[in-house]
Amino acid sequence: MLGINKFAVDDEEAHIVLKKELCALCQAKPCTRACPAALYTLKEGDISFDYAGCLECGTCRVICPQKGAINWQYPRGGFGIIFRYG
Amino acid sequence: MGEDKFTAIIIGAGPAGSTAAYLLAREGLDVLLIEKGASPGSKNMFGGRMYSHALQQIMPDFWEEAPVERPVVREVITFITEDRSLSITCQDESWSRPPYHSFTLLRAEFDAWLAAKAEEAGAVLAYGIRVDGLLMEKGRVAGVRAGTDEMLADVVIAADGVNSIIAQQAGLRKELEPCQVATGAKEVIALPPETISQRFQVSGNGGVAQLFVGSCTKGMPGGGFLYTNKNTISLGVVVNAAALQQNQYRPVDLVEDFKAHPHIAPLIEGGEVVEYSAHLVPEAGLHMMPQLYGDGILVVGDAAGFVLNLGYQVRGMDLAIASGAAAARTIKEAKSKGDFSRQSLSCYQEYLKESFVLRDMEAYKNAPAFLENKRLFSAYPQLATSLASKMFTVDGNQPVHLLGKIIDQLKTNQVGWFQLACDAWKGGRVL
Repeated sequence: MLGINKFAVDDEEAHIVLKKELCALCQAKPCTRACPAALYTLKEGDISFDYAGCLECGTCRVICPQKGAINWQYPRGGFGIIFRYG
Repeated sequence: MGEDKFTAIIIGAGPAGSTAAYLLAREGLDVLLIEKGASPGSKNMFGGRMYSHALQQIMPDFWEEAPVERPVVREVITFITEDRSLSITCQDESWSRPPYHSFTLLRAEFDAWLAAKAEEAGAVLAYGIRVDGLLMEKGRVAGVRAGTDEMLADVVIAADGVNSIIAQQAGLRKELEPCQVATGAKEVIALPPETISQRFQVSGNGGVAQLFVGSCTKGMPGGGFLYTNKNTISLGVVVNAAALQQNQYRPVDLVEDFKAHPHIAPLIEGGEVVEYSAHLVPEAGLHMMPQLYGDGILVVGDAAGFVLNLGYQVRGMDLAIASGAAAARTIKEAKSKGDFSRQSLSCYQEYLKESFVLRDMEAYKNAPAFLENKRLFSAYPQLATSLASKMFTVDGNQPVHLLGKIIDQLKTNQVGWFQLACDAWKGGRVL
C-alpha cells in the first residue's frame, strides 16, 4: 500500500526514535495495531519500527501508554511524506 | 535568513496559516510563512470537503481560480452493517449554483494555491523548513528557531496543525489525550470523471459527500466517508484514537474491509489507488481548546482544536480559515498599538466569537460527549437497517404492521424504548 506514496526519506536522521527498554515494559503495545501505516511490528517479542514509510499523523505518539517511549517529531524540513493528493 | 524582524511569523501553510499570512500581507505587514513540507500542501490531508462560506468572505468567488474539485450537490448519510445499509439522501439544486455551498477538494493542490495567494499578496513563503522551537525573550515569544537559523517577529502564529508541538512548547496546551483525537485513514482512488458522475448519478461536475456509520468502524466511535472529486474518489475511515488503543483493529484493515463491502465495492470498481494517507482529527471541541493566545503568540486552526464533528456534518477548513482571519485582525490592531502582549492579543478570542468560530464551537460543545455513545455505532445502525429491510421484505409470512415491526426490532436489537427516546432527545438538543 505504501509503495504508491511519495516519500523523501531522510537517511541521516530518524524523526521517530523508540526507547526500546521502555517498549519492553509495555504489555499492550497498541502501536502495533493503531499505526495507519502499520510500521510498528513485533519481532521475537521486541518492537521493530521503520520510520521511512511514516505518514506523520501522530497516532503512535498519542496512544502510546508508556510515557517517553516514543520520541516523536516531524521529519527535517523537506523530508518525509509528500502528499500529491491529500 | 536575515536579521530583519518580521511583524508576524506563521508556522504552517495550511488553510489557517495561509489565510492569516494573506490578510496580513495585504495590509502591507512583513509576514513570514514557514512550511515544513517540501512544498506547501504536501503534508496536509483531510476527508475531502470544505464549506465555502469562510473563504467566500475573504476571497469572493474564489472557486473561479481555486483548484477545487466538485461542488457537493448531494449529501448522503448511510447506516451500514455487514450485509445491509440504509441511506438518507438530500439534494438541493441551490448547492450546485454560486455561491456553491461546499466543495470537495484535494489538499496538496488547494493548500499550495492558498499559500501562493499569500505569497502573491506579499508574504515571504519559506518551505522545506521545519521550525524546531520558539525563541523566548523575557518570558515572551520573540521568534522561531529552525536548525541554526533564528528568525525574529513581534508575534508568532502557531498554525502547525493538530499535533501542534509549538503550542505545547509555548505552554499553551497539554499533551493530546487519545480520547480527544481520531485517526483518519484515506485512499484516493482514480476513476474517469464520467464514470464517477454515472456511478453517483450526478450531472456534469456535481459532487457527492457521503458519511457512513456502523460496521465500517466495527462499532468503534467514528465513521466512514466518501467524497467524489473530479477524477478521483476520496474514501476512508475515522476512528477515535482511544478506541484504536483499546481494540484489535488496524486502520489499514478497516479501510480495506470498507472498500470490500458489497455496497461500496461497485462504486470504486476498476479504480486505481493512487495514494494512502492518514491524519489525526481534533474531535473534543471546546474541551480540548488550548490557551488561544500568549505573550507574542496566537494559536489557530487544528492546533487550536477548531474542528466540529456532528456525525452528519464534519467541519474543519472553514473554522481554520476564519480563525486565521481573526488572528490577522488581532495582529493588525496589535501592530497599530505597538503592543503584542498577551493582554493586547486577548481580543483574538472576542473576534473568534464575533465570527462564527467560537460561537459554533460553543453551540455544539456537548456533541463530542454525545458521540461517545456506543449505541450510535452498533445497535442503532443494526436497528435502522434491519427495520428498513423488514419494511421492504415480502416473504409470504404473517403481515405485521409498522408499529409491530418497530417493537419487534427494538427487542431483537436489545434497545429499550426509553433509551431510544433519551438518545433521540439528547441528540436533538446537542447536535
